[in-house]
Amino acid sequence: MRYESPQTVEAASALLAGEEGLARVLAGGTDLLVQMRSGMVEPDLIVDVKNIPAMTSITEENGGYRIGAAVPSAEMNEHEGLCALWPGVMEGADLIGSTQVQGRATMVGNLCNCGPAADSVPGMVAANAIATIIGPNGRRDVPVIDIPVAPGKSTLAKGELVESVFLPARPKRAGDAYLRFIPRTEMDIAVVGVGVSLELDDDGICTDARVGLGAVAIKVLLVEDAAKALIGSKLDDASLKKMAAATSAACKPINDKRGTIEFRTKVAGVLATRAAKIALERANTRASNGGEK
Amino acid sequence: MSGIHVSTKINGDAVEYVCDVEETLLDVLRDKLGMTGSKEGCASGDCGACSVTVDGRLTCSCLMLGAEAQGREIGTIEGVAKGTELHPVQQKILDNAALQCGVCTPGFVVAAKALLEKNPDPTETEIRYWLAGNLCRCTGYDKIIRAVMDAAAEMRGN
Amino acid sequence: MARNPDADNAPVKKEIESPTSKYDAEKAASFKVVGSRPARPDGMDKVTGKARFGADMVMPGQLVGLILRSPHPHAVIKSIDSSEAEALSGVKAVITRDDFTPNDDHADVLYNIMAREKALYEGHAVAAVAATSRAVARKALKLIKVDYDILPHVTDVDEAMSPDAPVLHDNIITRGVSPTPTKPSNVVARSEFGHGDIEAGFAQADEIIERSFKTAATHQGYIEPHACVANVGTDGMSELWCCTQGHFHVRQVCASLLGIDVSRLRVTASEIGGGFGGKTTVFIEPVALALSRKAGRPVKIAMTRDEVFKASGPTASSSMDVKIGVTKDGRITAGYGVFRYQGGAFAGAPADFGAMSAFACYALDNVKTEAYDVVTNRPKGAAYRAPGAPMSVYAVESVVDELAARIGMDPIDLRLKNAAKEGSKSSYGPKFGSCGLVETLEAAKAHPHYSAPLGPNQGRGVASGFWFNFGGETCSNLNINADGTVTIAVGTPDIGGSRASMCIMAAEELGISYDKVRAIVADTSALGYNDTTEGSRVTFSSGMAVIKASQQAVTEMCKRAAMMWDIPAEAVTWEDGYAKPSGPNAGDFEPLSLAEIAATAGKTGGPIAGHHEYNADGAGVSFGTHIVDTEVDPETGKVDIIRYTVVQDAGKAIHPDYVEGQFQGGAAQGIGWALNEEYIYGDDGKLQNAGFLDYRMPVASDLPMIDTVIVEVPNPGHPYGVRGVGETGIVPPLAAIANGVSAAAGVRMTELPMSPPRVLKAIDDAKVAAE
Ligand SMILES: Cc1cc2nc3c(=O)[nH]c(=O)nc-3n(C[C@H](O)[C@H](O)[C@H](O)COP(=O)(O)OP(=O)(O)OC[C@H]3O[C@@H](n4cnc5c(N)ncnc54)[C@H](O)[C@@H]3O)c2cc1C
Ligand code: FES
Ligand code: FES
Repeated sequence: MRYESPQTVEAASALLAGEEGLARVLAGGTDLLVQMRSGMVEPDLIVDVKNIPAMTSITEENGGYRIGAAVPSAEMNEHEGLCALWPGVMEGADLIGSTQVQGRATMVGNLCNCGPAADSVPGMVAANAIATIIGPNGRRDVPVIDIPVAPGKSTLAKGELVESVFLPARPKRAGDAYLRFIPRTEMDIAVVGVGVSLELDDDGICTDARVGLGAVAIKVLLVEDAAKALIGSKLDDASLKKMAAATSAACKPINDKRGTIEFRTKVAGVLATRAAKIALERANTRASNGGEK
Repeated sequence: MSGIHVSTKINGDAVEYVCDVEETLLDVLRDKLGMTGSKEGCASGDCGACSVTVDGRLTCSCLMLGAEAQGREIGTIEGVAKGTELHPVQQKILDNAALQCGVCTPGFVVAAKALLEKNPDPTETEIRYWLAGNLCRCTGYDKIIRAVMDAAAEMRGN
Repeated sequence: MARNPDADNAPVKKEIESPTSKYDAEKAASFKVVGSRPARPDGMDKVTGKARFGADMVMPGQLVGLILRSPHPHAVIKSIDSSEAEALSGVKAVITRDDFTPNDDHADVLYNIMAREKALYEGHAVAAVAATSRAVARKALKLIKVDYDILPHVTDVDEAMSPDAPVLHDNIITRGVSPTPTKPSNVVARSEFGHGDIEAGFAQADEIIERSFKTAATHQGYIEPHACVANVGTDGMSELWCCTQGHFHVRQVCASLLGIDVSRLRVTASEIGGGFGGKTTVFIEPVALALSRKAGRPVKIAMTRDEVFKASGPTASSSMDVKIGVTKDGRITAGYGVFRYQGGAFAGAPADFGAMSAFACYALDNVKTEAYDVVTNRPKGAAYRAPGAPMSVYAVESVVDELAARIGMDPIDLRLKNAAKEGSKSSYGPKFGSCGLVETLEAAKAHPHYSAPLGPNQGRGVASGFWFNFGGETCSNLNINADGTVTIAVGTPDIGGSRASMCIMAAEELGISYDKVRAIVADTSALGYNDTTEGSRVTFSSGMAVIKASQQAVTEMCKRAAMMWDIPAEAVTWEDGYAKPSGPNAGDFEPLSLAEIAATAGKTGGPIAGHHEYNADGAGVSFGTHIVDTEVDPETGKVDIIRYTVVQDAGKAIHPDYVEGQFQGGAAQGIGWALNEEYIYGDDGKLQNAGFLDYRMPVASDLPMIDTVIVEVPNPGHPYGVRGVGETGIVPPLAAIANGVSAAAGVRMTELPMSPPRVLKAIDDAKVAAE
């Protein structure tokens, strides 16, 4: 087993591409180290990306933010601009593990580990976050939803790694929220997770919505029917009910140690409704503050 | 398996060691450096008994490779008291009998100290959530939370 | 009476008729140190990280020991080939079943620490290696070839009792049934307790409720995994450092399994990172010794968390039926319960304790309980805080709660009306001595918590609970040092601050200040045999031994003073740390302090010491009553604990902080058991949640402050009135929370844990039923 700590993304990509055995990017390590300890993965090469400046910084870009893939959640959640613009995405990331885990864990690690219950992913999907990928063939931008395929399996090709994630600017009356269900208050993996992002016009009519859904299928889902139920409405009870039903209908869960099919399906709808209400409130508060938090 | 040479700072002292890639910082602290104050309760990030700070940020030393400490500043339980002078968190844990077996205590001390450095006046709820990654099976947390609140009050000077 | 239901099958002791000692009311009226809250002697080391726990010890040249474990829940081990592992560079020893000789005294323990004919559960040890590094040892494990013949398995208690279940042991023929079965089964034994005529009792009842319950297996969940370092010298002199609740027991079992003299094995108990009963037996210790003997070097073994869950000793899962009858005015006319517990792959599920404690809170004319001890393909259970009681009491207290609602009576009033008190015949046989159930119920009723308003979706539950408590073999030493300080050596590992309590009691008895006394836990070569730290016995038994040792030292110091004054020893009394002439006839001398007598001890006959060794009796039962407010989310089934109060009889709280700590810790473990903790098995018989992440013990943000009320009804069998307090606290929470959930959401949860999917399903089913 080798350990490398390159200074540039290109060098990291070259190392990954050049390794004949199993190569793994090491961001926060909060998934990778646990998997190594349990013998689940035994990499031949570990590429630590925390010494790459482009991957460890948060920069403003066109009114949105570009977040380096190695920025830990704790640092993101200390960033006032980010928290004001995309509170739902930030709270999804903030729910990952403990304070200790927060100090290391990254959204991109969460994304690339491809767990269906990854807490930061439904929020990013709802936000239509774009990942910038660097590989042997250069750079490409990909919507976050297109990266996970199945647990532990992504669409990244050999030698590719995510450099950063971009969260776009928002109109004045917009808000997002993420809620997950866990049996305890902390330190659990989501049994269901729902991220909702809303944009509304001055009359309070929903002009755009996206709903990301986690832990109920082989990967995180974008639930278009749920969004459709909201668009054009003022998020009245009837449209919320429709959205909840669409969310539940999208679930393809399994029975496992964390929850039953029945439970996950029902609670998905419950959480979607609750998250939509929070997103709406945030949008309205933001609008009344003239587009600030 | 060739060893990796690491230069780092632990509790302010320059330290060098050679470790294998798969060795965690916790393995290095305990087995290589004889710093057994950090405990291994799970080796999977769930119990917080191995809590340290890395460049000031609270972390589980079991979730970090020894190699990753290169060029960083590590803080461990061994560096919390200054000589014989206890940190207020340590003193208040003693005063409140906020330990039974005490195996979780080093992790709680390191985590609570990090909290109070960031937030000198936390609410009970904030303390509970900050410490949710530190498991204690003996105390039911009651006295630990009280100790942290007392320490915060003392550090604020009331 | 919490003897570990270990394979050495400790007999159940009957309630004590003749206490070793008597309560000294006069002394108790003027305590100076007892009841204060000083810092504990080991506290400084624990807050600074200096305290040395099981895995913190290093012996020169030590090897790393790792254990190969069965991946199958039930399989014949046809052969084990370790030749490749032995040939690997850096491997110094490999052991298997062939390295241990059969042992009649501890047959099950031996089988459990190293599988013989069969692997009986996933995680059962089949081989072990000692190597120069962890990496080499890991590699070696992979090189050991085990040929298994996989057998069908069973993990559920009811399934294990069915006639067509796979049978674990050919030699288990159910005890306690007649006629004696002709075929082996998984039912180890059936026992029965009670008195009166339950049929007649039920005939008198106006209301009868009968329900069945199930509870999942839970783990003690101590944060420190088992760890030890063993060194067998070339001359056979051996030392073992380990985290254990009972190093004398460890020594006895290990010496027997290795076939060495007890005198050749010295066991030192490290600081211990929690046990709750789970560290009262051996798992890795004999393996480390055997590896060390073979390798000729010290060997350290530390379990991983995964191993702790899979291969140490959780407690039983249960399946229970309870039937209780009550008159309209709240008199319980009869109680009947059947308690089926599986305790893993070997005999010893705490079913008897469950059956005995089920109805212990009630003075009943007609009561009967039956207990079944059942084996399954799960790790061999170990004791867990009040072993067996939380489950049976959950069942009984749930039905009592439902009956109270049915007859429209306040649940505390119903309990008060039927409460066990001094002189009432217990449901398990003996009559109770002085005890404090009524006092805890009254204190609970008077507590502001009981009458506080509740919010929407909230409900309040109460339940009482009981534990026997235990005394046992004890031996302590006390030395008066030349500078006037005092050192105490006890043989019971300190898990929750007991050294502080020992110092308090010695200081009280000697009349000196607490900071002049230090207590240590001595190794097995320094003291006579001590029973394990279990059964809530330490402050009671070791404490009493310290008191007696102090009294012996006082007698000696009076003698020395008499010598210095040249008067008869009888003419000297001991008061507040001073020897004084007793009355004017004895002569007029300035009192001599302990320090002054100690300073000249060399001239008056040499060192001054006290010691005491005995088999402690009269431990005194402890009752408790808990109040809990729960909030249930009707849309997700999630239960939050909003407020919690523990009221328990401590007899006398020596160090109230640590008594409160026991109450709070017990309640927190009970909350975990009630809500989320469980061993989850797949159809493949494998444990699916062998880690903290999915085992789900309560974290800090899950719990409110846990309020405590210490009731003190002195134990007549202890000079200071002490009762054990460690175990009772985990008994009421399961029922109290179930009763709270019932009040909040209108659903009676008959299966634990009350995890959200189960609660939501119950709520939805109730809605459908109502429509
Ligand atoms: C105690 C504990 C609690 C946890 N709780 C939660 C929780 O509540 N919710 C939750 O969602 N998760 C949880 N996790 C899982 C984990 O913390 C998260 O998935 C985290 O976001 C992973 O980020 P990381 O930076 O640590 O990833 P790493 O472990 O560094 O990487 C994860 C995977 O992604 C790959 N990878 C990382 N960065 C890149 C990149 N830039 N390009 C390509 N591939 C990359 C790695 O090679 C690896 O395969 C928990 C983990 C622990 C230990
Ligand atoms: S040992 Fe690191 S969190 Fe448990
Ligand atoms: S005091 Fe024992 S785990 Fe916290």
